[in-house]
Amino acid sequence: MQEVQQSTPAHRHVHSMNFLRYLLLAFIVIGSTFGDVYVAKGMKRIGEISVHRLGDLILAPLHPYVALGIALLALFYFSYLASLSWADLSYIMPSTTFGYVLTALLAHFMLGERVPLTRWIGIAMISLGVGLITGGHSLTVVPTPEGVSPHLEMKPEARS
Amino acid sequence: MNHHSLLTTWVMILVLVGLNSAGDMSTAKAMRRVGDFGAIRRRAGLWGVVRGVLTEPWFFIGLTAMTLSFFTMLAALSIIDLSIVIPASASMSFLLNLIGAKFILKEHVTKRRWISGILVLGGIVLLRT
Repeated sequence: MQEVQQSTPAHRHVHSMNFLRYLLLAFIVIGSTFGDVYVAKGMKRIGEISVHRLGDLILAPLHPYVALGIALLALFYFSYLASLSWADLSYIMPSTTFGYVLTALLAHFMLGERVPLTRWIGIAMISLGVGLITGGHSLTVVPTPEGVSPHLEMKPEARS
Repeated sequence: MNHHSLLTTWVMILVLVGLNSAGDMSTAKAMRRVGDFGAIRRRAGLWGVVRGVLTEPWFFIGLTAMTLSFFTMLAALSIIDLSIVIPASASMSFLLNLIGAKFILKEHVTKRRWISGILVLGGIVLLRT
C-alpha cells in the first residue's frame, strides 16, 4: 500500500517497503555480521601478518574462511546499495543494527557466553528501536515539477 | 596510556568516524540520484542498474571513503585495543550519520526516527561495554 503523507511543504514521506525489501534488510544484517565473523576467524587461522610476510595478506582471500567472509560482505554491500536506492539512510542504518543483537544472542546460545544484565538491556533497547523505526516511513520524497523525486514506480500490487 | 598515545587514539578514531560517515552519506546520496533499483530493472534490466551505479560519481566518492576507512580501521586495530575502537567508532558514526541524514541529505527525520535512533545508540553502547 502506498501511503503518502504531507508533512511539510518541502517534502513528503512514503512507505516504500515490501516483503522482498524487508528480506534485503535481513541480508544486510546477515552479510555484515557473519562476514566480519568469518574474515576475523580466517585471519586468526592465518596468524599475525608481519611486515616480512606481507605476501600473506595478498593470499589471505584464498583461505576458505576469509573467502566465505568476503562473499558475505559482498552480499552485504550489494544489498546495502539496493536498499539505499529505495529507502533513507536514517531508516536503513538503525533498522540494520539488529546485527549487534544477533551477535550477542549467538555468543550466548552457541558459545555459552554469560550475558550480563546491561547487555540484555542493550538488546532490548536495540530491538525496541528497530521495531519503532521499521514501523514508520522509509523514504523521504521531494515534490518536483516533474513529479516526486526520487522517481518511484509504485505498483499497488507490489506494495501490499 | 600516556598523553601522546591517548591523542593518537582519538585522532585515529575521529578520522575513522569521518571517513565512515562520509562513505555512508556519499553512498546514500549516490543511490538516491540513481533511483529505485526495482524501477530501473523493470525499465532497463539488470545492466541498466549496473550502468546507473557505475556512472554515478558520488558512488565512487563513497567507495573511496569506505575503502580508506577500512584501511584506517586495520591500522587503528594494530595500535589500539579493539574494545575501544569498535564501540567508539560505531556509535559516533551512527550519530553523525543521523545528523548528516537530516541536514545534508535532507531526509525527513521524524520524532519517531530520533527516538529509535537514540534507543539503538544507547543499546550499542550498552552491548559493547
